[in-house]
Amino acid sequence: MSVVSAPERTEAVTVSSVVGNEPILEVKGLKMYFPISEGVVFTRKVAEVKAVDGISFHIRKGETFGLVGESGCGKTTTGRCILQLEQATEGQIFFDGVNIAELDRRELSALRQKIQVIFQDPYSSLNPRMKIGEIIGEPMRVHGIEPDADKRHARVAELLSICGLDPKFADRYPHEMSGGQRQRVGIGRALALNPEFIICDEPVSALDVSIQAQVINLLEDLRDEFGLTYLFIAHDLSVVRHLCHRVAVMYLGKIVELAECDELYDNPIHPYTQALLAAVPVPDPEIESKREHKVMKGEVPSPINPPSGCVFHPRCPLAVEGCRSVVPELREIKPGHWVACTEV
Amino acid sequence: MAKLLELEDLRTQFFTTAGTVKAVDGVSYDIEAGETVGIVGESGCGKSVSALSILRLVPDPPGKIVGGKILFMGRNLLELSDVEIRKVRGHEIAMVFQEPMTSLNPVLTIGRQITETLEQHMGIDRQEADARAVELLGMVGISDAERRLKQYPHHFSGGMRQRVMIAMALSCEPKLIIADEPTTALDVTIQAQILELMKDLTRRLGVALIIITHNLGVVARYADKVNVMYAGKIVEKGSARQIYHNPSHPYTIGLLASVPRLDHKRGTKLVPIEGQPPDLTLLDQGCAFRPRCRFAEDICTREIPPLEEVGGGQYSACWQKDKLSQPAPAAS
Repeated sequence: MSVVSAPERTEAVTVSSVVGNEPILEVKGLKMYFPISEGVVFTRKVAEVKAVDGISFHIRKGETFGLVGESGCGKTTTGRCILQLEQATEGQIFFDGVNIAELDRRELSALRQKIQVIFQDPYSSLNPRMKIGEIIGEPMRVHGIEPDADKRHARVAELLSICGLDPKFADRYPHEMSGGQRQRVGIGRALALNPEFIICDEPVSALDVSIQAQVINLLEDLRDEFGLTYLFIAHDLSVVRHLCHRVAVMYLGKIVELAECDELYDNPIHPYTQALLAAVPVPDPEIESKREHKVMKGEVPSPINPPSGCVFHPRCPLAVEGCRSVVPELREIKPGHWVACTEV
Repeated sequence: MAKLLELEDLRTQFFTTAGTVKAVDGVSYDIEAGETVGIVGESGCGKSVSALSILRLVPDPPGKIVGGKILFMGRNLLELSDVEIRKVRGHEIAMVFQEPMTSLNPVLTIGRQITETLEQHMGIDRQEADARAVELLGMVGISDAERRLKQYPHHFSGGMRQRVMIAMALSCEPKLIIADEPTTALDVTIQAQILELMKDLTRRLGVALIIITHNLGVVARYADKVNVMYAGKIVEKGSARQIYHNPSHPYTIGLLASVPRLDHKRGTKLVPIEGQPPDLTLLDQGCAFRPRCRFAEDICTREIPPLEEVGGGQYSACWQKDKLSQPAPAAS
């Protein structure tokens, strides 16, 4: 089913060499606060959910950048801000050096051809009343690319086969397809406009184990073939290690650690990253019997009223008095390895 | 050790307008007291239905247990009357479901939901039950138990609700707990908390545990024995070590090669199992995994392979089980 048969698939080493140095996307001091309002006539803001609370990172051309964390850490909101589906409270987002908040409607529409998204749930992200061909062709129709219906159909057929589907699927409806096939349709739709940058928001977490690998391999093959840059948002740390060049770990709206992928997994420094990695079981009973199963206490606090100082301090094994008041800055501990903790 | 639970040739089918779905098709396994058994497989492989069948919780219609035996401490659960099976449910065999958000009653306090089971099965009065409920919440790591018992499920987070479910499951001191995807809806650090809690409590109290999951890592960490299911059948069973280090069914081999692992370097190649799981209404006389199997030969299309021992208590249902050590053929 995959586009390139298994042994021919490009090895990771050559992939990293494709990564350029110039950033394609830069996020600076991004904050996204959602107001909580009370009252009907005299609406007033009573509190705020600090979904994203001052994060900065950049993504290089050709790179796959992983954003990981548990539910509610702000990873999806970050993606939505980049897509301009949310108006950020504060901070800037630069795509190819242009501040995207300052674009007018026409320019934003042009930008949306370059930035596409693949959603988590292949069951709700495809319109059940549209045929697969219409779903994949719609972005081209909306943006006025390929106005000629015949050419558009040919392009749809091409996209379907790129994504490992039979071009005959163009005449089917989403309910006639399995989850894995639907996710391939979602990927085909994202590719329709030849984007440079794709935000993958949990693209494989709704899929079964054997189908997950098919879709992961497809995403990798497409990245290599079309030189795509991915922002890969996921909670599955094993999938992120497999795919990403660099990874940022988020907790309660903040980035707590950011490093090259293997460096982060082999030498996690932030106590939250360490606990997160220790919690993931490895499919090997031998290794599991030797691992120490330290369990992090407590739960993620509410982002409405996050803890003072370091947001992780109530659950942190290293916390000292100062962590209650001092907000730790993200600092570079080793070249390229950034950690927001004062105690390491 | 004596067998606590024995399933013999269990068959559960659903009679739908689209045809008969053989959700569980001749499943046999057993569990000894205090043991943890993992059942792994993908959506629709019959792992949940086989567990629901044990407690006769399969909705009828459309579902029906059409054959087999379920021997629990020597008694065949399929022959019990409705009154008798109700005494087994929640008392001798308890269940923890996947959805902590929907498996608690939203209009009853947590305390009432725990004491209800206790009063029903243990024949104790309200006060004794209340005292026991406080003790149980403490056991599953919920502090401030007396206040928490007066609260409703919506006051609890997902992880906390799952702790309540575990407290309810343990309340009547069952011999066996069936946990159906107990942590799938939870975040990874909470998942670890819940699984450690379950492992710790079941070992301490000598309760046997069936964990049903699609997560191969969870099974590797917690299970003593593993049953791998595909299309309603057990295709391989054995100890966790055997299954992970010497998989003897092409499906198990495929699953292990297709999961990304936390301990594998970036870019380590994944080998997916190509194709889709079969439609359970359209199974033929051959092996159900055959269309996705790179070892398949003629016999695989003609006859369903029996589950046979490959050595040391490990079983595989594959005609080609002696040829599986061959390396993957080069793709054309």
